[in-house]
Amino acid sequence: MDRRSFLKTTAATATLAGLGLPAWASDEPLKIGFIYVGPVGDMGWSYQHDVGRRAIEEALGDKVQTTYIENVPEGPDAERALTQLALEGNQLIFATSFGFMDATVNVAAKFPNVKFEHATGYKRSENLGTYDARFYEGRAIQGTIAGRMTKTNKIGYIGSFPIPEVIQGINAAYIHAKKVNPDVEIKVVWAYTWFDPAKEADAAAALIAEGCDFVLQHTDSTAPQAKAQEAGNVYTFGQASDMEAFMPSPRVASTIDNWAPYYVERATAALEGTWSADATWGGIGTGMVKIGEITEAVPAEVKAEAEKLIEMIGSGEYHPFTGPLNKQDGSVWLAEGETPDDGALAGLNFFVEGVSAEMPK
Amino acid sequence: MIGGIDIVTLIAALMAASTPVLLAATGELVAEKAGVLNLGVEGMMILGAVAGFATAVTTGSPVLGFIGGAIAGALLASLFALLTQILLSNQTATGLALTLFGLGLSALFGKGFEGIRPPPTTKIDLGPLSDMPVLGPILFHHDWVVYLSLILVAVTWAFLKYSRMGLIIRAVGENHDAAHALGYRVIAVRFAALAFGGALAGMGGAYLSLVRVPQWTEGMTAGAGWIALAIVVFASWKPERVLIGAYLFGGITALQLQLQAAGYAIPVHLLSMAPYVITVLVLVILSATHRHGAPAAPAALGRSFHASN
Repeated sequence: MDRRSFLKTTAATATLAGLGLPAWASDEPLKIGFIYVGPVGDMGWSYQHDVGRRAIEEALGDKVQTTYIENVPEGPDAERALTQLALEGNQLIFATSFGFMDATVNVAAKFPNVKFEHATGYKRSENLGTYDARFYEGRAIQGTIAGRMTKTNKIGYIGSFPIPEVIQGINAAYIHAKKVNPDVEIKVVWAYTWFDPAKEADAAAALIAEGCDFVLQHTDSTAPQAKAQEAGNVYTFGQASDMEAFMPSPRVASTIDNWAPYYVERATAALEGTWSADATWGGIGTGMVKIGEITEAVPAEVKAEAEKLIEMIGSGEYHPFTGPLNKQDGSVWLAEGETPDDGALAGLNFFVEGVSAEMPK
Repeated sequence: MIGGIDIVTLIAALMAASTPVLLAATGELVAEKAGVLNLGVEGMMILGAVAGFATAVTTGSPVLGFIGGAIAGALLASLFALLTQILLSNQTATGLALTLFGLGLSALFGKGFEGIRPPPTTKIDLGPLSDMPVLGPILFHHDWVVYLSLILVAVTWAFLKYSRMGLIIRAVGENHDAAHALGYRVIAVRFAALAFGGALAGMGGAYLSLVRVPQWTEGMTAGAGWIALAIVVFASWKPERVLIGAYLFGGITALQLQLQAAGYAIPVHLLSMAPYVITVLVLVILSATHRHGAPAAPAALGRSFHASN
């Protein structure tokens, strides 16, 4: 940059700043920041968010500049990482894990001119929006396939934390497995971590030792897939990303979190000044949840059944939580044909009838 | 079976789950016995994990993989030794930096190795011994690294307690000035102890990526190195207690997961916390009982040595 254009830019920025206009209104790129709970190389959750980040760069090119901080622990350190991103001039910041919620709320209050987006949370403000995907729709497909294919009638589920997002998944998987196989049982192990490959592998091993021949995971790494592959005759589903390295078996299908279109849309809105804090909850219908290829390890008729279900959920014809459904204690949750509203689902904190695991307190 | 928990499976799982921290803690114990506090165990482990994985995948031999992991860990430890022993940098700060450096470097090296399956590490078949009920699956059904880790603990114990070299290491760790005055080469001894510690940490990391998980994932040690450091303190710097500590820490992880899989509603947080609470208790007991005698920690632990002092 020569001196003249430097002076011009500086003057322009100073003027704009003086007028209280956002600095990116000049030819400066819009800076967008991300924090991830795991490493980008987890090949699951954080990896998939990074795919979305790269999609923004691809779609908007010079108009944006993105950065990310990976391996941010949930808790006070997240607040530090978010503050750092805001101080570095990022105008739009994505916090991509449930446990970043309170940290994001606090930092958003301190930087009213910065736009924040929190994944899978429920606390919003003027400059803090939330976005989430209906992962439970994918779990319905997984439950159907697992219920049909299991020989031991035991399905294992590695939970991360007992939060609504995960509980929805366990319920949806169980309801749909039970629908096609009345003898099915679900075993839940809480890992209390999003990312710890050794612990996830141990959890998978414990479930396999208990006789589970399907292991569903709600944690971020591919360790359970590797453990299932080692055990043989155990099947899994790709979680968050396609995990195609484990095709055609143990990974027989996958639920892909397709954040990219949403990220591009929000970045564009921020560029054009049309961004506002809202709540988005996308599913198979909007393309935010995608089901990865169902492999040849799945019998053709089961595959057809699963594909039918994908279509029905996608078109809105069928809701994975459709009554009659009872709560674990036997009391009525949903009457015949009734479906829960999004608010009730977002706060789901109980298992449905038939799940034998106890909810941790 | 006791209360729906298969004790045999539990103990077998416990031994496998504990092996990475057992190896790393044994190595760190030797380094600390020589008077050096290396907080970079996590970094050495993860570098060992990626180097071991890469070597095993490239050569097709898990044995070479473990050797590769050990060499990588030892190299990183040598860097630490160079910085702290020759350039006299602060051990705590350098150790923390080593962890960060190892995490970053391993992520860089590991990029091409994600989603690959490593060659299987062979389980030792001891014929009739392996077929014994109960004891067979518990004791005689593991891969060779589990046995090697146990042998290493025994050898380390005997070496430190009975050999002349072991005595020199302890002398250097207790009072480096006196050891120096006696003509022992303090820096060289510490260099060797650190390299040994790094090699074992690297092997522990390789066990994670080659056997326990088995795959390479960025950041896969997820704090195992810090647990190894805690175990050394828990063990009050005694190799035989490192074994107990490692199996206790590993055992509780395996136990709580198995209890859950068996359908028990258990207070997971309490169980996960237990080893740390016990570590604190051990420290309290140690400081209470050693008021008049020698404290458990090597006296020169963490102190830099220079011949001019």
